[in-house]
Amino acid sequence: MRVNGAVESLDVQPWVSLLDALRDRLGVTGPKKGCDQGACGACTVLADGVRINACLALAVQYDGREITTVEGLASGEELHPLQAAFIRHDGLQCGYCTPGQLCSAVAMLAEHRAGMPSAVTERSGELTEAEIRERMSGNLCRCGAYNGIVDAIRDVAAQEAR
Amino acid sequence: MKPFAYVKPADVAGAVRAVSGEPGAKFLGGGTNLVDLMREGVERPDTVVDVTGLPLDTIDELPGGGLRIGALVRNGTLTADERVRARYPVLSQALLAGASAQLRNMATVGGNLLQRTRCPYFYDHAAACNKREPGGGCDALGGLNRSHAVLGVSGSCIAAHPSDMCVALAALDAVIEVESVRGTRRIPMTGFHRLPGDTPEIETELAPDELVTAVELPSAPFAARSRYRKVRDRASYAFALVSVAAALEVRDGAVTAVRLALGGVGAKPWRAHEAERILLGGPAGEESFTRAAEAELAGADVRPGNAFKVHLARATVVATLRELNTGEGTA
Repeated sequence: MRVNGAVESLDVQPWVSLLDALRDRLGVTGPKKGCDQGACGACTVLADGVRINACLALAVQYDGREITTVEGLASGEELHPLQAAFIRHDGLQCGYCTPGQLCSAVAMLAEHRAGMPSAVTERSGELTEAEIRERMSGNLCRCGAYNGIVDAIRDVAAQEAR
Repeated sequence: MKPFAYVKPADVAGAVRAVSGEPGAKFLGGGTNLVDLMREGVERPDTVVDVTGLPLDTIDELPGGGLRIGALVRNGTLTADERVRARYPVLSQALLAGASAQLRNMATVGGNLLQRTRCPYFYDHAAACNKREPGGGCDALGGLNRSHAVLGVSGSCIAAHPSDMCVALAALDAVIEVESVRGTRRIPMTGFHRLPGDTPEIETELAPDELVTAVELPSAPFAARSRYRKVRDRASYAFALVSVAAALEVRDGAVTAVRLALGGVGAKPWRAHEAERILLGGPAGEESFTRAAEAELAGADVRPGNAFKVHLARATVVATLRELNTGEGTA
């Protein structure tokens, strides 16, 4: 598979999760193992641009796919606009959930642009606070940095809209 | 996780051959439930047959105005399909009310149909669970049972069915198409899941070697006015305490078509046939909505932890029907 732009060739047992393959075999430790049962979102990565929980994905199922983790969001030394906004708005405290929050937010904005509905709006409208909270509900933050996370995402969404 | 052999067939014939005569084989879709259960040691397959390479990922028109949804269509894709949103909004809403965006992007329609209960005793190897170990007993009966079912339960099992999608499919009279080496057959959604009885480990009519290939939604013009309403402990990303899938058509104050199904309260996705019988042809209003809800829930078998669900279900049914009838009371 391709991980953050680099082609990686791996021999893994079929029961190895994508998360373990990334962290333990490739040393890509951005995605975190929080709950290991799809309940917290700390392991969120992008598979061909689509956000998934890497802990519930078997690595063998993602053969040949393009995987993006938090390590792949910046362009060299230039942070992704969401990374910069998370810093500006204090969208983190301990930072453990942040790699998952960032990957999730990148894909969430893309889903919203593509017209994906949510439980808050049946038609994709303005990204209100309620909308962002619903669309980001798969990423928990035990420090409770939600207000900053929401502000950071709104900021970037507004920049994109301009 | 117990080691297993992994195969990824390219066509349906190869997939059903791979499990034929192999009781230890399991189909794998998006993995959101099965991988978790394998990690917890609740599911221990010898062979995992990954079906995500099969060409079952399209949504097609049926003659007469229905839709045929391939079993491998991802839940997220289904929520966004314009035909589903226009003709069966209850289905799109039910899917959007479930899980998280990440999980919806992974989970398949076929996998969602076969989703297993989130009863905590089912996952806990230190607890007794007839579903995990038949004959072992049920610690939920006298334990923490706030999340458990009140309809269709037995002395062996009170686990609630966890799916939101299935509640909408039950209301819509969906038909499940399945295939095995013996051929294709079609199972009505309302008869697809089984009540626990003395064998809670057998959850559906699906034989172990049968593969779900599609879900068919029959034409139902009145379902354009339908709604899924879910009540849970937090605003998002939680299983239902109670949920209601409803479609309602009213002409000159009388109910001319109605579909009602309940989630969170049933041992299986609960089609409310008794409530529908009372509502159909009668006046649309608070009194008849309440009477119908109460009749459906009259057979509830409650425990101290989940007795509140009867009141909550009645109120949620009435609120959902009221909203469809008057357009008021949006959640």
